[in-house]
Amino acid sequence: MNETLQDTVTRICSSFSGDRSRLMDVVQAVHDECGHVPRPAMEMIAQELGISRVEVESLISFYSFYTDQPQGQVVIRLCNDIVDRMSGMDRVAQAFSAELGIGFGQTTPDGTISLMYTPCIGMSDQGPAALINDVVVTNLSSDSAREIVQELKLHLDPTRLIKHLGDGNNAHELIQAMVNNNIRLKGDMLFSVINRGEALNKALNISPMEVIRAVKTARLRGRGGAGFPAGMKWEYTRAAKGDKKYVMCNADEGEPGTFKDRVLLTELPDRVFAGMTIAGYAIGAEEGILYLRQEYAYLKEFLENVLQKRRGDGLLGQNVMGKEGFNFNIRIQMGAGAYVCGEETALISSCEGLRGDPKNRPPFPAQKGYLGYPTIVNNVETLCCVTKILELGPASFNEQGTERSAGTKLLSISGDCKLPGIYEVPLGIELSEVLKMAGAEDAIAVQVGGASGQMVAPEDFNRHICFDDLSTGGSIMVFGAQRNILEIVHTFMDFFVEESCGYCTPCRVGNQLLRQRLELIMEGKGEPADLENLEELCQTVKTCSRCGLGQTSPNPILSTLKHFRPVYEAMVQEEKDGFQPAFDLRESLAVSERIIGRQSVHVHS
Amino acid sequence: MAKPKIATAALSGCFGCHMSLLDIDERILQLFELVDFDKSPIDDIKEFTGPVDVGIIEGGCCNEENVENLRKFRQYCKVLVSIGDCATTGGVPSLRNMVPLEECLREAYFDGPSVYNPSGEMPSDEALPLLLDKVYPCHEIVKIDYHLPGCPPPADTLWEALVALLSDKPVELPYSLIKYD
Repeated sequence: MNETLQDTVTRICSSFSGDRSRLMDVVQAVHDECGHVPRPAMEMIAQELGISRVEVESLISFYSFYTDQPQGQVVIRLCNDIVDRMSGMDRVAQAFSAELGIGFGQTTPDGTISLMYTPCIGMSDQGPAALINDVVVTNLSSDSAREIVQELKLHLDPTRLIKHLGDGNNAHELIQAMVNNNIRLKGDMLFSVINRGEALNKALNISPMEVIRAVKTARLRGRGGAGFPAGMKWEYTRAAKGDKKYVMCNADEGEPGTFKDRVLLTELPDRVFAGMTIAGYAIGAEEGILYLRQEYAYLKEFLENVLQKRRGDGLLGQNVMGKEGFNFNIRIQMGAGAYVCGEETALISSCEGLRGDPKNRPPFPAQKGYLGYPTIVNNVETLCCVTKILELGPASFNEQGTERSAGTKLLSISGDCKLPGIYEVPLGIELSEVLKMAGAEDAIAVQVGGASGQMVAPEDFNRHICFDDLSTGGSIMVFGAQRNILEIVHTFMDFFVEESCGYCTPCRVGNQLLRQRLELIMEGKGEPADLENLEELCQTVKTCSRCGLGQTSPNPILSTLKHFRPVYEAMVQEEKDGFQPAFDLRESLAVSERIIGRQSVHVHS
Repeated sequence: MAKPKIATAALSGCFGCHMSLLDIDERILQLFELVDFDKSPIDDIKEFTGPVDVGIIEGGCCNEENVENLRKFRQYCKVLVSIGDCATTGGVPSLRNMVPLEECLREAYFDGPSVYNPSGEMPSDEALPLLLDKVYPCHEIVKIDYHLPGCPPPADTLWEALVALLSDKPVELPYSLIKYD
């Protein structure tokens, strides 16, 4: 038995040339073949790659899609993000659990099916949704959950669960998914006709500096949410010293409620890859990496095929489009379920075959990124914008939007609205206008920017979606009158507690404390001073955390404390005696009373 | 005008903070000029004689008696100050929070290598206060107005804080008095 495991590991490791930086791929391959990574395999992988066992083990323990414990041949991962919860996840969860006869986190006694929760899988517009191995199932109900289990018990083949295919490329023979694009509003930029090769051709006919100038003239800012000027990032990277440079495309779309990159990758992969190639030309890179989240593994074969075609057509490879001396290739790096890897330095760590821990900045990736080389990391949408800028010229790009937020933006709208889906709108648009389009006029609250964004109250619906006001990577989650604001915030805190990488204390411990204090208030055990304490703790976590995760995780609490103060105030009351309502003497003595075998003199006198 | 009153108590701690209070040396005479002590181990008054201006608490809460005591302080004291790491965080006694209470007691009375307990009984006399499920810092039991960290807070820190409180001035201690490294 061990002999064959050794053979498997040796074969896999040598297929990646024993390259330590490909540890993610090695672990993934072993995982695929064995269903998990057996502990003896860790030692073997370590030996083959010349690293220590703990490095392998720590990587496996970091990513939620890897495990060292045997699990079912089929793994059902039910998405538990807030929008899926609102669309009936609980009933679906009960149905899965009852029909399988197991709880979440368990595997059926015959070892065939495992059941677990997973954070947002990028299907908020068609939830409740689940991943069954790589297969996405959407619009679940308790009935369909039961049917799925019954069918799986017969054939254990998730691909056979798909009875009807989604629209557009979702029906492509290499995708075959029941996912729907739900493109509700096509703007002039991203969803216009694609002239394959045109943008790249135009780029290659001018100098790299001119390409960068075009991107700067267009005033393109990063579409992932942070809004850093893309041209400036490219310029720094071009200017940085390094034997090699790298282009990375961040397709680790993990911000709850965001699903625009899913649609771009499905419908406009050529534009994404062209954007990467143009970036490569501009900064002087020969290699690009598309970091694709594991949740979107159903797109991988399709994307590989698009890459293959581009290589065949001379759009990738040696002397791209006949441009002498410009060589560029792209590989796809699969993630393995870690929200923090959407943070660019964590994403780089992950590509290097490490835990997805963020790195200290400076040095910024532009100076020292992937494997120590100057690297740019751009969002999928940003790279799509680049192709349009090159195709139609910078002026056509920034004629829409505002002075400081040029161009259009894809919004992923979900939650309590009639028309959830993708909307391409000019930046600077009023939130109320967006809500009107989506059929969400009666919203009582809107979370803009995902879990790490902010909760906006109706009196602020006239604010503008742009980098300087309501900034968002695309996520807009709408909440109707029937929703409990504190429960929503609590769900976000659950998410951050789970996704904190644990490296720095303010984030690892701080988010736990924030959740605890929030719970105290929700249980009616808080007093007015607790709200101030909560706010103070939020500031501490924001200020002291090492990366964007902890710097933004208190946002849902902070923004609701600000805009929905009465909701909190209704839950707390001034204690006249100065005793803490959260402390219950009787309860805290129960263990003692049982062990000692007598009652408390104080409580019972 | 009557002098302001202060009261002090040592809950689950080592009395080190009270020792530090005595460490103000001859200023203790000045302190007695400034204030009257009510319930406190310093003058050995066991029960409150009436409302008190400033209460000083050393130690966290490990048992029911601590809780009763602390709550009484909250009722009688206008301003309540937690001093030292045990009162503000649980401190050394709270190390037991990592071990379930039952295991702690078993180790103490049955399983520990030096335990001699031929009757095999767990002490249960009513004079012994029952232990809480874990050790709590004071602010989790009652509202605390000021926290003075340190193990123990130095005499000068205590002195400056007390003088400020008693003279109705804001408690703004210089960094040198609250830095511990």
